[in-house]
Amino acid sequence: MTPQDQVVDIDALEKEFQERIDAEKKIEPKDWMPEAYRRTLIRQISQHAHSEVVGQLPEGNWITRAPSLRRKAILLAKVQDEAGHGLYLYSAAETLGSSREQMIDDLHAGKAKYSSIFNYPTLSWADVPAIGWLVDGAAIVNQVALCRTSYGPYSRAMIRVCKEESFHARQGFEGMLALARGNEAQKKMCQDAINRYWWPALMMFGPSDAESPNSAQSMKWKIKRFSNDELRQKFVDQTVPQIEYLGMEVPDPDCKWNEERGHYDIGEMPWEEFFAVIKGHGPCNHERLQARQKAHDEGNWVREAALAYQKKQADKKQSVA
Amino acid sequence: MVDQYLPLWEVFVRSKRGMDHKHCGSVHAADAEQALQYARDVYTRRSEGNSIWVVEATHIVASQPDDQEAFFEPADDKVYRHATFYDVPADVKHM
Repeated sequence: MTPQDQVVDIDALEKEFQERIDAEKKIEPKDWMPEAYRRTLIRQISQHAHSEVVGQLPEGNWITRAPSLRRKAILLAKVQDEAGHGLYLYSAAETLGSSREQMIDDLHAGKAKYSSIFNYPTLSWADVPAIGWLVDGAAIVNQVALCRTSYGPYSRAMIRVCKEESFHARQGFEGMLALARGNEAQKKMCQDAINRYWWPALMMFGPSDAESPNSAQSMKWKIKRFSNDELRQKFVDQTVPQIEYLGMEVPDPDCKWNEERGHYDIGEMPWEEFFAVIKGHGPCNHERLQARQKAHDEGNWVREAALAYQKKQADKKQSVA
Repeated sequence: MVDQYLPLWEVFVRSKRGMDHKHCGSVHAADAEQALQYARDVYTRRSEGNSIWVVEATHIVASQPDDQEAFFEPADDKVYRHATFYDVPADVKHM
């Protein structure tokens, strides 16, 4: 084949690929796909997996200090779910030819990103239900949209995650409601957590559409189904009434219902902070990566021992045979 | 210290008796026993299954999507294998 034939060939494959996507047929692991599609997905799914795994840390911080056995059992189950979600997603990313080793190495080396929300500290107990309700609430809006993403394994992982995630949001809201109906100190704690997590939760949807350079291609490939701003608006519209139900205040003086649009308007987002946290200057970036690296290093002997045991058993079997 | 990583296993779960085992994802584990335990923890935290199969991913042989047409083509022109191929008068019952 001449190089020119190859070019034509790739064009034909890309056309066929796009037609399959336009026809709402899922892409499966062994299908031909453009390299950029594969790279985009590996980046997005591994970032998503890292977010689940790193996301265990802020909440894990409160497991030993949960205010009751009930809350403690719930929190344990929730954090365990996050580990599970990370594993579903790593598993999906691996179907694209990315190795678990590489993804974990990239995370520890600071090369891979994760959701910047997990670089904020959990200062009081109220932060735990606030995260369940706001952070998982925002994640649900994002993930429900991703259930229809074009890549089969990612879509299936998202469906599995979404089934479990509503427990996270509900237990969070229930925890906030308990504080909102409590004494003055508890109410204050509740409002304080909302104040600190409101903007970071809104920023989980990523930069505004105008500032989001990869969005158009991802929409064309149907990796993304809705724009960042559309999803953010959806979250704001469903969450503001919940804040009002709690008797708390939205920490944004410009947040009000817009009759004409049929949506809530919000004020200017603190983007400078968002980009600073993404670049590694958030309150806990360093601490989070250090904790992950430590957990990985300290687990190494377990993997080593398990492999040694497996080898010993296999050798034994072979010598008997 | 050499970093240790574990091989990949594919996981199949049966949701209840009478159903097929269905592929649901994968886990990394040193051996079959560990793979089963990890699969239980990762894929059946809410009683999603009562039976799990695990198989080391390298042992799975799969058909190739590139050969899909040639591979599955023999079935495409045999419409007479479907019940709907046959005209049966509407007043004939139990067909």
